[in-house]
Amino acid sequence: MGEAREGSGVREGSGGAVVDAFIELDRVEKVFDVRRRTGFLRRERRQVRAVDGLSFTVARGEIVGYIGPNGAGKSTTIKMLTGILTPSGGRLRVAGIDPARERTRLAHRIGVVFGQRTTLWWDLPLIDSYRLAHRMYRIPDARYRENLDRLVELLDLESLLEVPVRQLSLGQRMRGDIAAALLHDPEVLYLDEPTIGLDVVSKARVREFLGELNTERGTTVLLTTHDLQDIERLCSRVMVIDHGRMMYDGPLAGLHEAGESERTLVVDLERELPPIEAGPAARVVRVEGPRQWLAFPASQSAAPLVARIAAEYPLVDLSVREPDIETVIGRMYADKETVVPGAGNS
Amino acid sequence: MGSVRLYAAVAAGSFRRYATYRVATAAGVFTNTVFGLILVYTYLALWDERPQLGGYDQAQAVTYVWLGQALFATLALQGGGFEAELLERIRTGAVVIDLYRPADLQLWWFAADFGRSAFQLLGRGVIPFAFGTLVFPSALPADPLVWLRFLLALLLATLVSFGIRFLVALSGFWLLDGTGALRMLMVTGMFCTGMALPLNAFPEPLGGIVRALPWSAMLQMPADLLMGETGALGTYAFQAGWAVVLLLLGRMVQTAATRRVVVQGG
Repeated sequence: MGEAREGSGVREGSGGAVVDAFIELDRVEKVFDVRRRTGFLRRERRQVRAVDGLSFTVARGEIVGYIGPNGAGKSTTIKMLTGILTPSGGRLRVAGIDPARERTRLAHRIGVVFGQRTTLWWDLPLIDSYRLAHRMYRIPDARYRENLDRLVELLDLESLLEVPVRQLSLGQRMRGDIAAALLHDPEVLYLDEPTIGLDVVSKARVREFLGELNTERGTTVLLTTHDLQDIERLCSRVMVIDHGRMMYDGPLAGLHEAGESERTLVVDLERELPPIEAGPAARVVRVEGPRQWLAFPASQSAAPLVARIAAEYPLVDLSVREPDIETVIGRMYADKETVVPGAGNS
Repeated sequence: MGSVRLYAAVAAGSFRRYATYRVATAAGVFTNTVFGLILVYTYLALWDERPQLGGYDQAQAVTYVWLGQALFATLALQGGGFEAELLERIRTGAVVIDLYRPADLQLWWFAADFGRSAFQLLGRGVIPFAFGTLVFPSALPADPLVWLRFLLALLLATLVSFGIRFLVALSGFWLLDGTGALRMLMVTGMFCTGMALPLNAFPEPLGGIVRALPWSAMLQMPADLLMGETGALGTYAFQAGWAVVLLLLGRMVQTAATRRVVVQGG
């Protein structure tokens, strides 16, 4: 067994006061034994820490984005939250229940959508999967019909109910899966990459629905995604995880600062000139003919920089580019990677 | 009682699922009929040389062949049931869906496989059997009670068959790739169920050994029961005994598997 290493990762505040901690993780670890064949009959055993001293709480009714690169430990966390995987250490509770011990009891109170897998019955019409959910979750008849009607309307499934799941498009199937996960009125919904592979229209539709679900029914949502627009549209709070550790936990806006993100000032001059010298805060990152790109901290106003350049250089035009979250997070990873030794298991 | 309805729904869904593939069913009926014909002529030639081989006369040997063809898909005698699907789900990691459901893995897949068996018996088993036993002289009982006893033996046979294949499927949690396990299931199935030759006709001591193995509960024993070669109680006891052993073993392996589960991918 692995020695209990002190979780030295950044453990930010739990994002607001602990009112009603619906999901609670306290120094949760998951260690996998990986055996690798190193020669004839020789095997090397190695431990991979997929989740390493992870602590956070999610209050009832929150909608939280949970992001990180491949192999960061996101799906492992979700699997522990559903009780499929047992944590190697630490304490984990969902609605006061220890998921690994009471997986079946908990399953009645949570909904899960695994974006890359389907819970639907592949060869049968969509409605059959819902009838099965009716039995599986022992949903009272009246409530089942009510929920089904509502979900069919909101997710626009009416014309799809009699269509075999294998004939559905990815976007249709995803909507079908989301409905299947919500028929039993779960208090929390885990979404693992719900918009993966969807086109823009389908993505927008799924997002809109999730937003409504959260505001109108108060369903707690934990959203794992690679799509940062999902986060921008839906989540007021973001948790960033890498190498099984919390790298950031807080509002989306704060992510930029944490990632030491930079804005870019694009300057068009009258003619080709040597790189602009505009003080210590800004530096030229690229020159192409009369156009130059200057990077400066996102937390800083562009005004003094613009004024200085306008005063000292023959300025034709300029524009400011905001950093996109993707690069912000990318930068964050790049910084931390040197600190935390590699343990990725993608 | 809620869970009975759940697993009944799983079985019914599985039945309908197989029913959607009509061309595959028709192809299966054709294949079983052709294989039946080949085997019947081979057996007839063999029983010409060795009358009363294994205690069967020619009509019984013929009946045995058509029964084997009828049960081939029904009891997945050489595989072809849920096990390939479950192995694939373990390999790809889709088994998380099965594990996350508020349902029992073993019961769920038994229900699904039972639905499949029921469809295969009706959709794929009855026609070759009716064809074969009508065209060739056969040894079918007239007493409906014997048929009833036979059906009960089939029911127990589905448990034994599932028990073996569930273990094969769970091996995927350790082996990750189940191709070899499926191949072994196929070969042992062909040999040990008596699909190639009735187990009664095996030379001793091999025959004694094979007849004591669980595979003989699937085809050999129900066939002997139908043709009046053996009693019902002994058959049921043998089948139920193996069913209990295999299903309990399956349950233990399931517990071990889900405890050590490293869900693949994502």
